[in-house]
Parts: sequence; C-alpha cells; structure tokens
Amino acid sequence: MLSRKAWIGAGVLASMAFMASGAVAQTIGFSQIGSESGWRAAETTLTRQQAQERGIDLKFADAQQKQENQIKALRSFIAQGVDAILIAPVVATGWDAVLKEAKEAEIPVVLLDRMVDSSDDLYLTAVGSDLVHEGKVAGEWLVSETNGKECNIVELQGTTGSSPAIDRKKGFEEAIADKSNLKIVRSQTGDFTRAKGKEVMESFLKAENGGRNICALYAHNDDMAVGAIQAIKEAGLKPGEDILIVSIDAVPDIFLAMAAGEANATVELTPNMAGPAFDALAAFMKDGTTPPKFIQTESKLYTQADDPKAVYEAKKDLGY
Amino acid sequence: MSAASRFLRRITPQLVTLAAVLASIAIVFPGFFEISIANGRLYGSAIDILNRGAPVALLAIGMTLVIATKGIDLSVGAVMAICGAVAASAVDRGMGLVPTLALAIGTGLACGLWNGILVAVLKIQPIVATLILMVAGRGIAQLITEGAILTFRHEGLIFIGSGTFLTVPMPVLIWLFTGVIVALVVRRTALGMLIEAIGINPRASMLAGVNTRVLLIAVYMASSLCAAIAGIIAAADIRGADANNAGLWLELDAILAVVIGGTSLLGGRFSIVASLIGAMIIQAVNTGILLSGFPPEFNLVIKAGIVLVILVLQSPTVQSAFIYFRRNKQSSPADAKTVVQ
Repeated sequence: MLSRKAWIGAGVLASMAFMASGAVAQTIGFSQIGSESGWRAAETTLTRQQAQERGIDLKFADAQQKQENQIKALRSFIAQGVDAILIAPVVATGWDAVLKEAKEAEIPVVLLDRMVDSSDDLYLTAVGSDLVHEGKVAGEWLVSETNGKECNIVELQGTTGSSPAIDRKKGFEEAIADKSNLKIVRSQTGDFTRAKGKEVMESFLKAENGGRNICALYAHNDDMAVGAIQAIKEAGLKPGEDILIVSIDAVPDIFLAMAAGEANATVELTPNMAGPAFDALAAFMKDGTTPPKFIQTESKLYTQADDPKAVYEAKKDLGY
Repeated sequence: MSAASRFLRRITPQLVTLAAVLASIAIVFPGFFEISIANGRLYGSAIDILNRGAPVALLAIGMTLVIATKGIDLSVGAVMAICGAVAASAVDRGMGLVPTLALAIGTGLACGLWNGILVAVLKIQPIVATLILMVAGRGIAQLITEGAILTFRHEGLIFIGSGTFLTVPMPVLIWLFTGVIVALVVRRTALGMLIEAIGINPRASMLAGVNTRVLLIAVYMASSLCAAIAGIIAAADIRGADANNAGLWLELDAILAVVIGGTSLLGGRFSIVASLIGAMIIQAVNTGILLSGFPPEFNLVIKAGIVLVILVLQSPTVQSAFIYFRRNKQSSPADAKTVVQ
C-alpha cells in the first residue's frame, strides 16, 4: 500500500517536472465566481479545456459567490508568482487594492464576462459579451425572417432591473425600431426561469385571443423560451410554426427544441471567454502587444439550419 | 347557529375578497371568465389561476396546521426544491413512477421529521428551526441536480404536472383532493381541536393529556409532505428540476395565504378552506397583473397594494369598527323605543 502511494507520488512529481520543462507551460490563475448557473459551470469547463489545449497550467479557485474569497485567491496567485490572472469578478466594486498589488507584481489581469469599477489601467483587458448586441442580433433575425409581414411580438423579459434584461430589451428594440410591421404587443418579466416563462406565456396566450394574435416570441433567455414552448403546446398551438421563437444564451436544451422544430433561433452567449483571453495574453507576453480594453466575444446566431442536434451533442457535456 | 352557517360565516370575508379581486380583473380584462376546451383540456384564465395556484395552495394546507400550533415553517420552499430534485434524478436514473414518487415523498417526510424534532424535542423556536432547512435545503437540492436544471422525459411524471383528468389539469385535482382529505381528517376527528389546543396553550394541553410532542412532529411532517407534493408538481410542470428557483419565496406566499385566510399567527383556531381561498386570492392577483399588461416594474407594487388593502380590511381595529357601526345602526331604533317608554 505504502509503496503504491509512493509510486503515485513519484509519478505526479515526474509529470510536474515534465510540465515545467515544457517551456511554454505558463501558470495562469483563474478565480471563478462559483457555479451558480449552468452557464457558469460551462465557462469553467471550457476554461480548463482551453488551458489544456494550450499547455497552460491553470490554477483554479472557486470563490463560492464571495468577493473576500476572490481577493484571497488573487493574493495567493500573486504570492505564487503566476504568469497571469483571469478573474470573473462577483461584484463590480472593491477591487482597487488587490488589482494594484497585481500590477506592482507585474502580473497581467484579464477580466472575464463581468466588469469592475476600477480604473482600466489596473487590468490588461476584459473579455465579455455585449448584451445590447445580443438583443440586436435576435431582433435582426426576426426582421429578416418576417420579411415585411405584419408581426405582433410578445416579450419575456429577464429579472426586472437586471442588466441583461435592460440591455437585451434595448438591443432588440433598436433592431426593430424602424420596422413598422413589427410591434411588441406584450412584455412581462419571466425572471429568467422556466416556470415563470411558462406561467407568463399562458397569460399572454389568453390575453391575445388564444395566441392567434401572436406571431413571435422574444425571450431574454432560453430557459424562459423552453417554458413558453410548453405553454404554447398545451394551448394546442405549434411553437416554431404558429408562433416564431427567438431567445438568447444557446443552452443545450434549446437545441433539442430547435431540432424538434419547436424553436427557431437562439443567440449564443459563449461560455468560451477564456479562449480570447488566453490569445490576448499570449500576444502580450510574446511581443508586448497591448490588446484593446474590451474584447467582445461573438454573439453567434443559431437557427434550425445549423444542425441543432449536433450542437446539442457538443454542448451537453459542458456542465450547462 | 348550525355548523354549516357558522362555516359560511367564517369564510365570508375571504369569499368576498376573492370575488372582488376576480371582478376587478374582469373589468381590466373582459374575456377573463371565458372557459373553453382546447387540446383536450379546460382552457381559460380562471383555470390558470386554479392550476398555477396549486403549489401555494398545497403549501398553505400544511402551513395552516403548523401556524395553528403557533409555529411557522419557513423551509417549505426549499423542501419543494429538494423533492423536485429527488424526483427528477430518480426518473433520470430509470426508476419507475411509483418508486420515484415514494422516494420524493419519503424525502419530504424526512425533512418534516427533522423540523419536527428541532421544534418538538429540542424546543428550538419554529422560525429558527425551519430557517436552517430553508437555507441549507436549496444547497442540498443543488447538490442533487449538480447545479444544472435536471430535465427528464418520463411521461408518467410529466402527467402529474401538465396532464389532465376529464379535462381538468392534474395539479388542480391534486390540491383540491389534498385539501378535502386534510380538512376532513382534522374536522371529522378531534385532531383539529387538539392542534388548536397546542397553539393556544401547549402546557395546558400537555397537562390535559394531549401528546404535544408527537402531534407537533406530525404537523411539521404534514407540512413537508404538502411541500413534497408541490415540489413534484413544480418539477413535472416544467419537465425539469430547477434547484435555484423551484419554490423560491413560496414559503412567504403560503404564510400570506394563511394570513389572508384569517388564521392568526398566534396559533389556535384555523380554517383550511379559508387558507385555500387565500391562496387563490394571491394567485388571482398574480394572474390579473400578468393579464393587465402593466409594465413588469409595477408587478410587486400592485401586489403589495392589494395585499395591504385586504389585510387592513381584516385587521382587528377595522373589524371592530365595522361591528360597532353595525350595532349602532341596529340599536338606534331600539334606543328610540326606550326613550318613549
């Protein structure tokens, strides 16, 4: 028993030595918020995958939704002398001190997915999605899909007052603003959940002549769309045909619905924020290329034509 | 006064409130009372209220019993999440419908036993005792679902949430059935009176020979049992267990339903039927807000305003003022007579 442990220990040591000698193998610390949502879990999985592909030694710290844990993790990364730090900050404020410490230690910091209120010379760059742009992509899809036909839209908003709800609404409205054939007739919050999405859709259907007045549904996230699809089916209508459905996030379950013809389009909020971050860091370390202060990830549109079944298979094991 | 008219008199304020809320929705949304049959199921806003109100109605049944003992059960929302997660993960692993339901309901009963022991044996204040499971329970549910929404395609389980029996949605039948059974059990036996006795004076009822400890544990188990059924319905309805959101804040709606139903938080007399009407009032307000088409920023303000009006009308001060004015009206001719004599 003892000897087996020793063997494993020796093996681990040997592999570590091998990693270190692999020249490019940088050490990057990643302070993740936690795993409050499926998307967050997928982001963690993809960050690990991206690091492995590039031969980066990723030190992962889960903050369990607490800023103090993130600050502790950052200080420990600095003490260990990592080559760079990725952080998905849980809140926007209170980062000045620890970011200054990283700067003094000459460790570049990249923000993932969320922003901070600190001055932008304290971090190298931020990688994130433009929420307004996501709403715009969804709106533009509906504009081209309806192609001038009269279309009454119902909207399932995210949690009232949350920035994704405000921005995704804004972007969508901008996209359809000058199209007189498109009109949002009802808009309510579904709190980003399936249950509320279903309940609110039921009331939309009742309020709009059994759903016959509704031509399209725009949901601020896929989960609400999935709930709404069930409500539409229970009312005896065909989601995807009688009512067009476009939503945002691109979680695996919406691809199942798209494969079944029950949803039409989704805009991806990519969980791969780490890929562009690693690329920017590599360029910065190689010849000092300073990336822009905000790197916008692609808001890719998926429709039924994009082989939703295959996308589902690719996404389902990411931890969503 | 006969038992029936006494009962009617007890639930009159709730019925009047419900009628007032429904009438005002009908003014804002004229097609409100239309009911048709679509896709083999009853279809209409009134049906939505009965159907969407199922979780709060079920929670209110158990909560009424707990509150009657001068307790409170804050953990019901979390218990819903746990039991929904247990049911989803059981069918996900290929278990049949009956063992799945047995497992989920068994989990609920275990949660109730935990609460009951903390309250009845360790004598921890109910609000603190059940707070533990309220906080920890959602974490337990998240552990079961591994943080994601655990979806399933088991037709039998889905039927409980969105199936129909003789065109009536299953959740409606389930809460009506549970309500009738519990109301009969507590009112056709001495059980209801014993529960009230504990709420009014636990020490006196114990000295009078009531087994308070066992009864208290049983009441918390009943509450968790109702929460388990509500959790299964909530998960079956969306074909997935959402540990983060299932039953979130519903413990507060359940307490509100009981309070609107006129049962005092100080324990003692209770009415399950009145609590169920209270749950329907809350759901009618929710559905009415959705139908009205107001911007979502107003949802909570409107709801709070309506609840405030209901509670003020039911408050002891306003009630005694009502009674005072009524007596004055009735007694004034009599007073006049006295003067003549």
